[in-house]
Amino acid sequence: MNAIATRDAFGHELLAMGEAYENLYVIDCDIGKSCKTVDFQIRFPAKHVNVGIAEQNAAGVAAGLATMGKVPFISTYAVFGSMRMLEQIRQEACYPNLNVKIACSHGGLTPANDGASHQCIEDMGILRTIPNMTVIMPADYWSARKLIDAAYHYPGPVYLRFTRDPIPVIYTETDVFEIGRAREVLAGKDATILANGDVLSLAMQAAGEMREEGVSVRLIDMHTIKPLDREAVLKAIYETGRIVTIEDHNILNGLGSAVAEVMAEEGKGKLKRMGVQDRFGESGPYELLLADNGVTVEDVKKNVRTLLQD
Amino acid sequence: MTGYSPQTIEELELQAAVVRKTLLQMIHEARSGHPGGSLSAADMMTALYFYEMRVDPANPKWEDRDRFVLSKGHVCPVLYTALMLRGFFPMEEVHNLRKKGSILQGHPDMKRTPGVDISTGSLGQGLSTAVGMAIAAKRDGRKLRVFVMLGDGECNEGQIWEAAQSASKYQLDNLIVLVDNNTLQNDGTCDAIMPTLDLATKFKAFGFDVLEIDGHSMEAIVAALCATRQEGIRPRCIVAHTVKGKGVSFMENVVMWHGMAPDAAQYAQAIREIDRVLE
Ligand SMILES: Cc1ncc(C[n+]2csc(CCOP(=O)(O)OP(=O)(O)O)c2C)c(N)n1
Ligand SMILES: [Mg+2]
Repeated sequence: MNAIATRDAFGHELLAMGEAYENLYVIDCDIGKSCKTVDFQIRFPAKHVNVGIAEQNAAGVAAGLATMGKVPFISTYAVFGSMRMLEQIRQEACYPNLNVKIACSHGGLTPANDGASHQCIEDMGILRTIPNMTVIMPADYWSARKLIDAAYHYPGPVYLRFTRDPIPVIYTETDVFEIGRAREVLAGKDATILANGDVLSLAMQAAGEMREEGVSVRLIDMHTIKPLDREAVLKAIYETGRIVTIEDHNILNGLGSAVAEVMAEEGKGKLKRMGVQDRFGESGPYELLLADNGVTVEDVKKNVRTLLQD
Repeated sequence: MTGYSPQTIEELELQAAVVRKTLLQMIHEARSGHPGGSLSAADMMTALYFYEMRVDPANPKWEDRDRFVLSKGHVCPVLYTALMLRGFFPMEEVHNLRKKGSILQGHPDMKRTPGVDISTGSLGQGLSTAVGMAIAAKRDGRKLRVFVMLGDGECNEGQIWEAAQSASKYQLDNLIVLVDNNTLQNDGTCDAIMPTLDLATKFKAFGFDVLEIDGHSMEAIVAALCATRQEGIRPRCIVAHTVKGKGVSFMENVVMWHGMAPDAAQYAQAIREIDRVLE
């Protein structure tokens, strides 16, 4: 399988959108090279603002641009684009429900070598709790491109989270993605895996291997954790009963928690949440950091089997 | 333990060359890290750890030690090197930068590395922590001083100026800010990304006593550090004019070397150039 980082999808989609959309703006915070906005800046200097290493300022500037009819995409790393400018996002983008998009590279444990300070395991959960905010992590290059374009047209604040490192390309250019609408990747009836972002491919491998063992596992790409596709979760509950969630994010307050909320209200189904076990990461290879948190193909299979047993 | 045994300017210059070679080895072996801003800070870091600061490698948590905050945490290879060469941990750690389980994380982690006084890596936050340390030291009647190194790009962050006004309000003459004014940041020159304006004038306006020096003249660095020892009522700021990548010809003033590791050939070339200084 071909692999491309979803931050590259952002760079490519920006160029395409720059040609098509007059009101698109990109706001950089001095990490355009690693967030892949450089080509956009060169091609469309009049739609580009660089505020330097001043993320809080970026959020406010974006809000101001949005009031003037622009559609600004703020570009930085996830840890800064969520938490450094959090209150500015809340007060100036979410409260007035302005058309501010925050598009971040270095999601989850993907900035592996940089260590815990640059990894970001809290962002989606934190932003999910702010009214009006939409929260998305695409699972591959093509879905990223589609969802970035969709975010441009989607009214209100949207947070998009990308990978630093290459991840397998799962979809094709003609696949269709809609914000808030989960996508079935594999059909199945014994159990459902709900995953998003970089760990979806790992879930895909696990589900494929289990199929050969005679276990029919449904795999759903939950790229949008807010608004959550409740229908997809309800179908998983009533059609398969057993659910495993997998995310490159703290298991607190991310995808797993959002799914758990629906399940608890229904009072039905069994759940295992996989993801970062409420602990900081460290420098090291990405796969090993995931393994430290019990996120491997073997772990996925083990967890599905355990749910099937009782 | 009060500081390092006295060093002549020449000895410090030789030490700085060793610091440069060692930090490059670390980054080369890790295949990632930030050489440009490590090299521009190398002379100041050498003067701090081998001349000015009162620290005790055998007792890294000594309560009355001077504190150091690497606010521009991405250049931790230069800090790790200074600490290692001063004996805070064994020289074998040179091979472990950014390795899994290592005491030498991609950005400074005070829980793991002996001699690191505060965790940093997200720019703009270190000066505030230094202000907290300096206030506590003053109120507890400790003679220690707090040194903090900022990047010029880092001064884009508003929090730097929030911290600066606090330092001034509390008359923190025990706080010494060193600005590594290498005129480059991540994506380009400071002028292109976000002009810093005159940093010396700005710190003066925020109530600091400011000195401007050549950050690669060991004599100037030592003189400036000596001048900060005098008690007063104002926090101190040394704006050091430096060259990003200093000491390695092909890295000097080249934006790309902000965050890229030298390959084997580049590393060998860099070492040859620095060795010439050592001869
Ligand atoms: C809050 C924050 N934003 C962005 C970054 C990413 N980043 C790392 S280094 C750097 C440039 C720093 O430039 P400068 O302060 O001048 O450091 P130096 O030139 O000494 O390397 C940036 C933007 C960061 N570490 N923290
Ligand atoms: Mg700089």
